[in-house]
Amino acid sequence: MTADAIRTEGLVKTFGATRALDGLDLSVRTGEVHGFLGPNGSGKTTTIRILLGLLRADGGTARLLGGDPWTDATALHRRLAYVPGDVTLWPNLSGGEVIDLLGRLRGGLDAQRRAELLERFDLDPRKKGRAYSKGNRQKVALVAALASHVELLLLDEPTAGLDPLMEDVFRRVIRADQEQYGRTVLLSSHILAEVEALCDRVTIIRDGRAVEAGTLTELRHLTRTSVEVELALPPEGLAATAGVHNVQVHDGRVRFEVDTEALDPVVRRLAGYGVRSLLSQPPTLEELFLRHYGPRP
Amino acid sequence: MTTLVGTGPLLRLVLRRDRWILASWLAPLALLPPAVAASFVTLVPTDAARAQMARTMGGNAGLVALYGPLRGSSVGALTGWRLGFVPVAVAVISLLMVIRHTRADEEAGRRDLLGSTVVGRHAPLAAALLATVGANLVLAGLAGLGLIARGQPAGGSWALGAQFAVAGIAFAAVGGVAAQVTEGAGAARGIAQATLAGAFLLRAGGDIAGGGLGWLSWLSPLGWAQRLHPFGGDRWWLLAPVLAFAAALAVAAAVLSARRDVGGGLFPTRLGRPAGSLRTPVGLAWRQHRGLVAGWAVGLSAVGLVFGAVADSVGDIVRDNPALAEAFERLGGRARLVDTFLATVMGLVGLVAAGYAVQATLRLREEEITGRAEPVLATGVGRIAWAASHLGFALAGPAVVLAAAGFTTGAVHGLSTGQVGREVPRTVEAALVQLPAVWVLAALAVALFGLLPRAAPVAWGFLAGCLVLSLLGPILRLDQWMLDVSPFTHVPRLPAAAFAPAPLVWLAAVAAALTALGLAGLRRRDIPAS
Repeated sequence: MTADAIRTEGLVKTFGATRALDGLDLSVRTGEVHGFLGPNGSGKTTTIRILLGLLRADGGTARLLGGDPWTDATALHRRLAYVPGDVTLWPNLSGGEVIDLLGRLRGGLDAQRRAELLERFDLDPRKKGRAYSKGNRQKVALVAALASHVELLLLDEPTAGLDPLMEDVFRRVIRADQEQYGRTVLLSSHILAEVEALCDRVTIIRDGRAVEAGTLTELRHLTRTSVEVELALPPEGLAATAGVHNVQVHDGRVRFEVDTEALDPVVRRLAGYGVRSLLSQPPTLEELFLRHYGPRP
Repeated sequence: MTTLVGTGPLLRLVLRRDRWILASWLAPLALLPPAVAASFVTLVPTDAARAQMARTMGGNAGLVALYGPLRGSSVGALTGWRLGFVPVAVAVISLLMVIRHTRADEEAGRRDLLGSTVVGRHAPLAAALLATVGANLVLAGLAGLGLIARGQPAGGSWALGAQFAVAGIAFAAVGGVAAQVTEGAGAARGIAQATLAGAFLLRAGGDIAGGGLGWLSWLSPLGWAQRLHPFGGDRWWLLAPVLAFAAALAVAAAVLSARRDVGGGLFPTRLGRPAGSLRTPVGLAWRQHRGLVAGWAVGLSAVGLVFGAVADSVGDIVRDNPALAEAFERLGGRARLVDTFLATVMGLVGLVAAGYAVQATLRLREEEITGRAEPVLATGVGRIAWAASHLGFALAGPAVVLAAAGFTTGAVHGLSTGQVGREVPRTVEAALVQLPAVWVLAALAVALFGLLPRAAPVAWGFLAGCLVLSLLGPILRLDQWMLDVSPFTHVPRLPAAAFAPAPLVWLAAVAAALTALGLAGLRRRDIPAS
């Protein structure tokens, strides 16, 4: 018996010469909202499609809700709901018809919740598929997923087409959902604020591999604090101190970054140069993100 | 003309996107005329033999219905006449090409991306029409040169090329108008194809009925093109009405497009139901297929109406030709002649129904490419159940369509002979007997979809191959093994021949095996296929 709703180990998927997943490890605990962060083309959608049994992994293992996503696909699908990153609808079906159809194909829809979600997302269910904008198509898929009786939500960049107001609604709904039902959510995204606001744990993926995984606090711990100081003496030897990066000097003002664990010795060392002023910025997830997103050193 | 700014670059875009598609139809269609002419030269070398052949073929009502009246007995005249299906094929390709680059682009949202650049309002339509007209002129040129290279007279050679091209140009303009009317590309294709079907039926009906109803042919752009009579008069002046028709429609398309919003149709979209009663994949498939099956059923019923109405008069064609009449009398007389005609018509109906079956099967691939399959497959619906929901329509739909055609043919023919009770069962049976062959083509599409999904459209190539084998195989005196490649070769030619169950069982078995193969491939592969 595993406590993980999702667990992949060494997942590999290649498309011709492209290696979309290159040994991905991912574990999502039951009941948590897990952020799945990564730049475009890093393998987020491929991972979700493997978890749905739509794509077949070339290597590694994947377990979903205690089953095999490829062989037990339909049985598992009754217990999860999925919102694709790029929602396409049938041009001649109304949004309401699609919501009801997808809900029923999953095994049931909460009518009251459906009505409530339509209201909160301000979605007109009478429009035909071709008349919806990108954001509204996404809302159709979101309402269908959120109004279903399922234990796992797989959301692939679900807010990519939503306006800020609707993004906010989305966050509130997910949070309320979490308190009420304790669902497991895998939320792929590249929007940091969303992940910071919603997720208990985060996995950062790049080029088909998980480069960081852990709680937000753990990840923040890995990030660097930016420091700007005015010193009485020239900062000789500072650049060589362990944990100090990117030292820049401009007319007596020194800027650098410090690894969080090296903060204490570095501050002590600074005292020796005579600190006249000091400005420090706390670590942000964004910085960590940029470090992993940026070109590889 | 600021509304045409950007036509040049858009034209290049159309040609760049379609370069392989263009090559895949221009090359075979351009090679057909010289190939057919060459085989006539070898197979029927003397003038006398050709004259005899022209008398026999020109008296075959089924062929007259397909190709129109035959003028002359030269190699060129026979070649052009037997290739009478090419103008229709070119018309289909041309209207699809124009819609693909106008309405389909709008529906997909690509038009917005282009429209935001320096592109005039009418430039996309103009580029699509110009590219299609250009492709048709290239076809005309290649076909003409090919025939001249085979030693055919230049005038007739160019006239035959022009006959192909004007049919394409006229229906490119029809496609341009249809693209303005509806919001969906599928509905636009339906309108344009229905127009083409109407033009074909007017021409075929007028030509077989002859006499007092002969003027019907003159209402059809296909009739005008047919009456160019390459190598049999080269009536070049008939280019004028066809090109005027095309020009008028092109202007109409431009006027209509100026009256509507980009992405919009002429009619506002209605709101749908706020809640749905769909609960199964079959229900979803029904919503997607019902328009298609209804459209094809109506279309083929109309074919049945026209051919049923003229069936009884096919005997008249040989009446003026005592030598021929005597020959037919020996073969079983007038009743026999009518039955042979009905069998030819039903063979044609079978091929058309196979077009529907392939189209319905390829809906699976369309659902996969557009991403609409993904949310369905992410629910409790398995791959096989999903595929089966569409295949049910691809396999049962042709039965409906064929039965409709058989019924109207028999009913109308029966009314004219006063024997409705006798004719209807015979023609319905003659239509339904095509079903196993239709299934083989649908099953080929399933196999491609499951095993080589990116090659799925090649199923249309198989259908084109069967069409060519059915229409040209006998006259080219191809080896039997080549004819046997087409499933339609094995269908008993009811009502002219006796019912034979064995080939039908074999065809159904082949279809079942191919379907099983395709579904096995589908279970194994990635969705969407990379």
